[in-house]
Amino acid sequence: MASRAGALKPPVGAALVAALLGAMTLGTVAVVLGHAGAARPGAADWAAVRFTVTQAALSAAFSGLLAVPVARALARRQFPGREALITLMGAPFLLPVIVAVLGLLAVFGRAGVVNDGLVALGLPRLSIYGLHGVVLAHVFLNLPLATRMLLLGWQAIPAERFRLAQSLDLTPGAQFRHLEGPMLRATLPGVMLTVFAICLTSFTVALTLGGGPAATTVELAIYQALRFDFAPERAATLAVLQFALCLTALALGWSLIRDTGFGTGMGRRVEMPAPGGWRRGMDVLAIAVAAGFLMLPLGALMIRGLAGLGELPAGLIPATLRSVAVALATTALTTGAALVLALAAARQAAGHRMFDAAATLPLAASSLVIGTGLFLALRGVAPPSAMALPVTVAVNATLALPYTYRLLLPEARALHQGHDRLAQALGLTRGARFRLVTLPCLARPLGFGAGITAALSMGDLGVITLFAAENNATLPLFIHGLMGSYRMAAAAAAALILMAVSFALFSIFDRIGRHVAA
Amino acid sequence: MLQLDHLVLAAAGFRLEADLTLPKGALCAVVGPSGAGKSTLLNAVAGFVAPQAGRVLWEGADITRLPPGQRPVTILFQDQNLFPHLTVERNLALGLSPDGRMDAAAQARIAEALVRTGLEGLGGRKPGQLSGGQQGRAALARALLRARPVLLLDEPFAALGPALKAEMLALVREVAAQTGATVLMVTHDPQDARRFADVTMLVADGRAHPPVATPALFADPPPALAAYLGAG
Repeated sequence: MASRAGALKPPVGAALVAALLGAMTLGTVAVVLGHAGAARPGAADWAAVRFTVTQAALSAAFSGLLAVPVARALARRQFPGREALITLMGAPFLLPVIVAVLGLLAVFGRAGVVNDGLVALGLPRLSIYGLHGVVLAHVFLNLPLATRMLLLGWQAIPAERFRLAQSLDLTPGAQFRHLEGPMLRATLPGVMLTVFAICLTSFTVALTLGGGPAATTVELAIYQALRFDFAPERAATLAVLQFALCLTALALGWSLIRDTGFGTGMGRRVEMPAPGGWRRGMDVLAIAVAAGFLMLPLGALMIRGLAGLGELPAGLIPATLRSVAVALATTALTTGAALVLALAAARQAAGHRMFDAAATLPLAASSLVIGTGLFLALRGVAPPSAMALPVTVAVNATLALPYTYRLLLPEARALHQGHDRLAQALGLTRGARFRLVTLPCLARPLGFGAGITAALSMGDLGVITLFAAENNATLPLFIHGLMGSYRMAAAAAAALILMAVSFALFSIFDRIGRHVAA
Repeated sequence: MLQLDHLVLAAAGFRLEADLTLPKGALCAVVGPSGAGKSTLLNAVAGFVAPQAGRVLWEGADITRLPPGQRPVTILFQDQNLFPHLTVERNLALGLSPDGRMDAAAQARIAEALVRTGLEGLGGRKPGQLSGGQQGRAALARALLRARPVLLLDEPFAALGPALKAEMLALVREVAAQTGATVLMVTHDPQDARRFADVTMLVADGRAHPPVATPALFADPPPALAAYLGAG
């Protein structure tokens, strides 16, 4: 084909968005680098690096390996509630981390179910704080993600292969070696690397379950350096270390790390033999343990929280309203920016590779690194607490963008391939094209992406900790404050409200998208 | 008059030259082996392919640099001629105004176009609820409403059976007569060319040859056309 006629419209909007993303990610790193020279990393900083890598590696290994039997059982078994369980496995991605932590505390904490049982048996109490607590929480949050990604792997094996295996009468072991083994070798590294990358930047878990010299992540050390030691140079040095960690993880798996495996069509059972006997028992066990592990903490939190709903702490409502406002502003920014980038990338506008890279960069960024950069860059401009909410919106919008962008891109490409010629041939105006073609065709992924962004932003406890004061805390930070003053019943009640609002926001946006598309 | 003035279309491993004119109101079939560049030629006239050299002129005005929607041209592609998520009526409204507005006058004209193309009462349907022939009719109804002086058909009816295709060609003749359009129609079927076109243009060996009266061309085919038609 000859080249396209007419000068294509230069993608001004997309270039602007990409520049802003670059400033938020690379720009803040540049600021941090500029300040980092003043402080060399000390022994405590290297310990934080070691702890960060150790907990992320353990979390990735446990999540990945435990997901294998669960995904396999879900792939080949049909049982009532199977679809519901698979849907539920998508929920932890949207679950505010602090809610998950409170759920785990309700089961494994000092006054939790497990310790009550141990005491009743005359055994010593277990402590959830430290490395094992951090890993436990990360496995709780990422096992479902790993399971869903592996389930996709199983579903990608063509049904004909399983039929061939059956007609050759392969034993389950031989089938595993020839069909499932190669799939796992191709999929599992990407799954583990994704979990590893998520755990490298996880802040809330370390903030609530870690701490002390033996269990401080780099992100937590940044927070402590800025908030308690008033040592911005040391925070900058730590931020550089954190960025180097993230960059290494991303460089290792740039191609592997991208597909996070949410999406539709996961309900289909894989057409593979479902052997009986002890294998059936193992599958039942895998599903039961996984379902219990995921549902017990939330169930325990519900019981605690419902009891606390009677006397809600003062300040809860303003904190909730602030969080909703942050979530809505973030959603508007992220959805608009992702749409502009995806449309420009889909039509292969000039510089579309740069747009794609700009939309992927935030995956290597971390809330606290960006936060440190902004803190250092803006500290002369206004007092930190005055900028807390706008900065939180900007950081959340940046970090959520890759997810919405990845959701939109394939649909935007299909839209371009399907309808661009006709829209051009009819000479549709920009407004008509947006209203009559782009919006109805992309409403579903837009609504879904907006829902994810709103829920993630609602539950975020990251950069806000660097900036906020008592009087402008978001709901997750407010809950963290309640935990810090040991008001666990009030914290559980507030966590229930946070969870309810997060899922409600997701559901509202998702529904709007479906409604507009229909 | 449509004029292709020393037009050169080129891409990796592909080159097509055209230097010819087509009188206003002519019905012209475009035939030739696959890969010769029939679709590329139509896409160049429609504005989707930029020529390496040369000009496209309509009634003496250079339209080579105009974007597709501003050319005096309506093109029907092989597929994707209707937006699947919009009703037939909405799809037709886009032919009347590119901002998609539809007032009472527009609605009346759309209803009339639907009657003329045999789609009476189907304006509220979505394209997926229509048969292949009805979808072709809807696309032609929009061409009727746009009433652009040049109508390009890039095999939009290739997937239809012979009887339906003959019906469609009759409808194209009607639409062309009503709008006075100059028609360029790509086809693989010599039968279509004989039935539909006064003149036929052969695209082969890197050249779009000037159109010749259809019966004369098929009575005494040049070697390239003879090779394409085979022994029959």
